[in-house]
Amino acid sequence: MANDHIDITVEPGEVHALLGENGAGKSTLMNQLYGLLQPDEGEIVLDGVAKTFRSPRDAIAAGIGMVHQHFMLVPVFSVAENITLGAEEVRGGPLGILDRRRIRRDVVETSKKYGLPVDPDALVEDLPVGAQQRVEIVKALTRDVDLLILDEPTAVLTPQETDELLAVMRSLAESGKSIVFITHKLKEVKAIADRITVIRRGRTVGTAAPDTSEDELAALMVGRDVSLEVSKGPAEPGREVLKIRGLVVDDDRGVRAVDGVDLVVRAGEVLGIAGVQGNGQTELVEAVVGLRAIRAGTLEIDDQDLRGQGTKRILRSGVGYIPEDRSVDGVVRDFSVAENLVLDMYDRPPFGNSFKLNPKAIADSARDRVSQFDIRTSSPESAVSTLSGGNQQKVVVAREMSRPLRLMIASQPTRGVDVGSIEFIHNQIIHERDNGTAVLVVSSELDEVVALADRLAVMYRGRILATVSPDLPREEIGLLMAGVTGTEEPPATEEGTT
Amino acid sequence: MTTDVEAPPPAKKEEDERRDSFVGLFLHNLWSANTVTVTVLSILLALIIGAVLIVVSDPDVLSTFSYFTARPSDALTASWDLISAAYADLFRGAIFDPSAFQAWINGTGTWRAAFTPISETLTYAAPLVFTGLSVAIAFRGGLFNIGGQGQAVIGCITSAVAGFAFGLPAGLNLLVALLCGALGGALWGFLPGLLKARTGAHEVITTIMLNYTATLFLSWLILQDGVQDPNRSDAISRTIDASAQLPALPAPLRVHLGIVFAVLVTAGVAWLINRSSFGFELRAVGVNPPAAKTAGMSVAKTYTLLMVIAGALAGLGGATQVLGTADKLTTQVAGNIGFDGLLVALLGRNRPWGTLFAAILYGALRAGGNLMQADVGISLELVTVLQALIVIFIAAPALVKAIFQLRAARAARLGASMAKGW
Repeated sequence: MANDHIDITVEPGEVHALLGENGAGKSTLMNQLYGLLQPDEGEIVLDGVAKTFRSPRDAIAAGIGMVHQHFMLVPVFSVAENITLGAEEVRGGPLGILDRRRIRRDVVETSKKYGLPVDPDALVEDLPVGAQQRVEIVKALTRDVDLLILDEPTAVLTPQETDELLAVMRSLAESGKSIVFITHKLKEVKAIADRITVIRRGRTVGTAAPDTSEDELAALMVGRDVSLEVSKGPAEPGREVLKIRGLVVDDDRGVRAVDGVDLVVRAGEVLGIAGVQGNGQTELVEAVVGLRAIRAGTLEIDDQDLRGQGTKRILRSGVGYIPEDRSVDGVVRDFSVAENLVLDMYDRPPFGNSFKLNPKAIADSARDRVSQFDIRTSSPESAVSTLSGGNQQKVVVAREMSRPLRLMIASQPTRGVDVGSIEFIHNQIIHERDNGTAVLVVSSELDEVVALADRLAVMYRGRILATVSPDLPREEIGLLMAGVTGTEEPPATEEGTT
Repeated sequence: MTTDVEAPPPAKKEEDERRDSFVGLFLHNLWSANTVTVTVLSILLALIIGAVLIVVSDPDVLSTFSYFTARPSDALTASWDLISAAYADLFRGAIFDPSAFQAWINGTGTWRAAFTPISETLTYAAPLVFTGLSVAIAFRGGLFNIGGQGQAVIGCITSAVAGFAFGLPAGLNLLVALLCGALGGALWGFLPGLLKARTGAHEVITTIMLNYTATLFLSWLILQDGVQDPNRSDAISRTIDASAQLPALPAPLRVHLGIVFAVLVTAGVAWLINRSSFGFELRAVGVNPPAAKTAGMSVAKTYTLLMVIAGALAGLGGATQVLGTADKLTTQVAGNIGFDGLLVALLGRNRPWGTLFAAILYGALRAGGNLMQADVGISLELVTVLQALIVIFIAAPALVKAIFQLRAARAARLGASMAKGW
């Protein structure tokens, strides 16, 4: 059960923040409101009338619009075509032809009316993420919605784009629309919300005013006091472990993703890579662990060339890797906790050899890891899919930290992880650093990299724009993430990112 | 979080936990949608539909239904007699014939006649075990090996040719013939495996195409000098040396060493999947290739090796067929064992021991069907229909659950209940 007797009321003209950890049931709740899921119990009352939504079509007809976390746009269609999709205006009956001129006019009108500039003729795939999101919002607004649901809209935005979005939300609310703003970021909630509903484990745990402190909100979200700061001593950087020079890597489409990166990570320090998602961080990390071909440049660990080595050899030379997408790359969901804990060491003593496994050694080690890393599972034999996201991530962390490491790479180490586990995982990463391991942390959560890193490299469009101290003011780091270096003018957001 | 797990309201929780004791859970799951219950009920449903087909296909019984309202007893009795006779034959032909057994005890019959039904069942089952395992192990590695038929045909060819061409000493001859069968099948599996690993060519397409290639190759080869029986003008090969044939019980019993061999291989495959390093790789690759790759496994290598093993298993199936049951190559020597292997693996849920039992069930239906055809005159095709129906119900567990109003299995909650949460 993802929602358990939740009550929520949204007033006209208010920005209502729905705050909760990943997996708390926020999206499930909103999917019911949007007709994607049907509630087992309870009812939706709109303007005093109880409604049943069998599909999004019903919800749209009733004046509810939704901007999904993952955009529902057709990349090869133009902005206008995307906006009309599902409510195509045609001439000459149901099988008539598209009235492109009217569609275009509607788009321009709506975008003017609400101050949301979109180019109706641009192809969606050519637009930067922030602009794509505007298209989604305009799409909802052309359907005359009164209630707009924004599901984690800031997850993919730079701090500047986030500010713009918050301003748009404010002006929409002033024009009388109600907005439900789903997020787990406390700062944004405090900046924009008129009212805050906190959801934990599928239940409403409280309604708060926006002047509630961040610590109080966090405590409401997780149900206990948590420290958002990472306590760590000063780093003691040693030898240069990972040396990257002039690295060039292409993404899956063959487009240059990493474009001449130079990086050094020293033993006993955490190098954080900040940046908006999709600026080459993923490809950079995948290249280091041998999952992606290198077009040019060099990669060395302790003066040992990594190019052309397989992933297996790189991992076994003392590299730990926490992949960014846990459910796809990190764990095998149908495998037991014990099996997942040896996913990269199953054919090495004591867990087995190249011929057979040693189930006893695997089970013994799993018991130790489960207690050492506080993995909450009923048994090491349970399928890892029965664990919460945070505990699944602990399985990955436990696996990668259970062997002697020279380099630890943690990509989005706490994405989709509850606050309690975040604390634990952060402490483990710092612990690894203090043991003299070189640590590379990549995260699109600026708070996270700032908290963990001893040095911060900001990545933008495949390049490292600058390596700075994490103590630099947030605004300056934000500007760097948007590609603005001290001397240049900020590039217009309308520019294509290809 | 779109979970469909029905969590009870808090008030009922205590009571619920009490029912979660081991015995309670066992009883609950007995009538819940676990795989064994669904399988048994699928077979039952197939037999019920089969019964309707038996009645409908018999003109005599059907005619009694024309005056059903006047004398329903006629129709019901006739239907019951026919159905019970048919299913009794199915049982007698497949497992145990009381009258033959009685005759053996009384000294009027032989022990061979008493054991004929089970011998027939195991004879039909033996090759299916291999082809079923071939499909099952490939599936566990995430590959649909539709090429079991082609691999089995090649296995038939290589083992048969080795059986009549080499003339090796007894013992060695059989061993080499079996080995050749496995190698032939392995080659036929290696090709799609390599194509998949290197070029991403979908194994379903390539294995289907290789099925045609294998069958047509057999038709051509059988007419070539050195292969064709010199005394025959039709498509029949030379006879395999007796020393290369799988030892069988004395005639008329046909069951041969192949079934023993099949059990051993099943154990081997079970070990390979669950206990070997390669099995770990193939299971990981089967359910989550990206995670396997990220953990340093080579997905391409696993696919290739997996198809070689799957091919070798199907090839052994062909070898068992030709060295055990047939003693020469014909164009139809492999029958349908490759395709039946797909269904057997599905019925056995892609688990080695499940596949073994499914193959025996298929063999039993086939053996029983022979008697049913001879005795009551019901076409052997009915058996095919029954087999198909069982597989349809297995493949659509939701249908079976709906028909029998099964509860959702709660076994998982034994382990999951404590760890669930977010």
